[in-house]
Amino acid sequence: MDYKLPFKEYNKALRKSKLLGLRCNSCGAITCPPKMSCQECTGLDLEITELSGKGFIVTYTTSFVAPRGRENEIPYTIVIVQLDEGPWIMGNLIDMETNKITFDIIGRRVRMSSRVYPGDLYSAGASARPVFSFDD
Amino acid sequence: MRKVAVLGMGHSQFCFNSPKTQVELLSEVSLDAITSSNLTTKDIEAAFIGNALGTIAEGQATVQQFFANDIGCLNIPALRYEGACASGTIAIREAFMNVAAGYYDVVLVAGVDKTTGIGTPLATRCFSMAGDSRYEFPCGYTFPSAFALLAHLYASHYNIPLPRLKEQMAAVSVQSHFYASKNPLAQLRFEITVEDVLNSFMVSTPIQLHDCCPFTDGAAAVVLASEEVARKIYDKPCWITGVGLATSGRLSSQYRYLPRIRARELSVEKAYKMAGIGPEDVDVCELHDCFSIASIIAAESLGFFEFGTAGEAWLRGETKIDGKIPINVSGGLKAKGHPIGATGVSQLYHICKQLRNEMVDYGLQVEGARTGLVDTLGGDGCLCHLVVQS
Repeated sequence: MDYKLPFKEYNKALRKSKLLGLRCNSCGAITCPPKMSCQECTGLDLEITELSGKGFIVTYTTSFVAPRGRENEIPYTIVIVQLDEGPWIMGNLIDMETNKITFDIIGRRVRMSSRVYPGDLYSAGASARPVFSFDD
Repeated sequence: MRKVAVLGMGHSQFCFNSPKTQVELLSEVSLDAITSSNLTTKDIEAAFIGNALGTIAEGQATVQQFFANDIGCLNIPALRYEGACASGTIAIREAFMNVAAGYYDVVLVAGVDKTTGIGTPLATRCFSMAGDSRYEFPCGYTFPSAFALLAHLYASHYNIPLPRLKEQMAAVSVQSHFYASKNPLAQLRFEITVEDVLNSFMVSTPIQLHDCCPFTDGAAAVVLASEEVARKIYDKPCWITGVGLATSGRLSSQYRYLPRIRARELSVEKAYKMAGIGPEDVDVCELHDCFSIASIIAAESLGFFEFGTAGEAWLRGETKIDGKIPINVSGGLKAKGHPIGATGVSQLYHICKQLRNEMVDYGLQVEGARTGLVDTLGGDGCLCHLVVQS
């Protein structure tokens, strides 16, 4: 059985700031990032759909300790965003200085674009990653 | 299914920069476990080894076979289990099932890891491999950041002001250091204050250095045996009466349940059911406090406290040695240390010491402890539980 939305295809779209997800033909739920099965009902009848990349921040953290090779990125802020279509995805918050970020960014609306993580010895190549800017 | 006993045990000093290799650490604790079981290496039918980072930290894959050969258990089946920080606990569960099923009568379970020699940047990179490598690591997702995301989510979900949650989290770390200061096997044998926690280096908001467990080198081992063997050769066996294991996918895919960890609730429910007990029957618990917030989240899912209230329970002292449910009286991962693959075996070791009334001399004995619980979390979703009874 073919993988409906493989990493390569998802990532190619994400590099162009286009967010792809999977709509379940059994329950209607959206899965993103992709999986073989629907993350709500485990159904396998999925079709690729383009998502808005808009939603709101459900949680965040600003990190001051980086994994090896990513020291030049600190401090950086990770957010989890609940997309308007339902799923949660992880990305980085980019348009606020990290020392100004406080708890009240939870709930704020954001929109997605993307940047590329070039990868390291262990990462099997580069990956696009979602980045979010405020949209309210 | 047959009853399965824990016989002799071994436990290395948990520390920074152990001069010993992984094989040496495993060999020492395993011989302690075997000889204190009144057995010899010839009696061991198979070895179940928890090891997470040995391949990178020491360039040594298949440490289990070199170690088995090292102690003279020549040519026995030796298996390595990897479930990130739960590696040791899933090795125990596998060994338990093999003995319970009647396939083996006497087996060795041990865990080892050395993570201090590779330094914080590479260790942070390696731990992050237990998150989703393609979809979440590109954002800089690490384990401090995972629990930092959960901490902010917890505060928001249960409507707890962040400064109050920080006080609760600090209370968890202060308690663990107090107990570790009395545990000779612990890595961080000193007390800290709430101020020490709140003034420590910010790792990933709101998690500070003293909200985090350290990197650790260490090993631990136990011998498991059938009831027939145990009754013949050992005078105070403990019994593993319930086990559970559940897994889950990447953090964001758990969105319906977070900040609760659904796999933990499913796994512990299975272990309680197998043992025929509930959380109210547990006298002492070692739970997976890799970060202070992790303790609070775990204690609720294990059924000890209502959701959103465990932090207050720590502040009230209900998790202390004479409290409602003594938690991490060993010092926990926070202060006893966290040599990944060894952690679950060390948790079982400390629970058995409690059930055997052997912590009295250290001032760490939970009086009358008869039922203990081990809770271990690996990566984004490998949750394993053991109910142990005297």
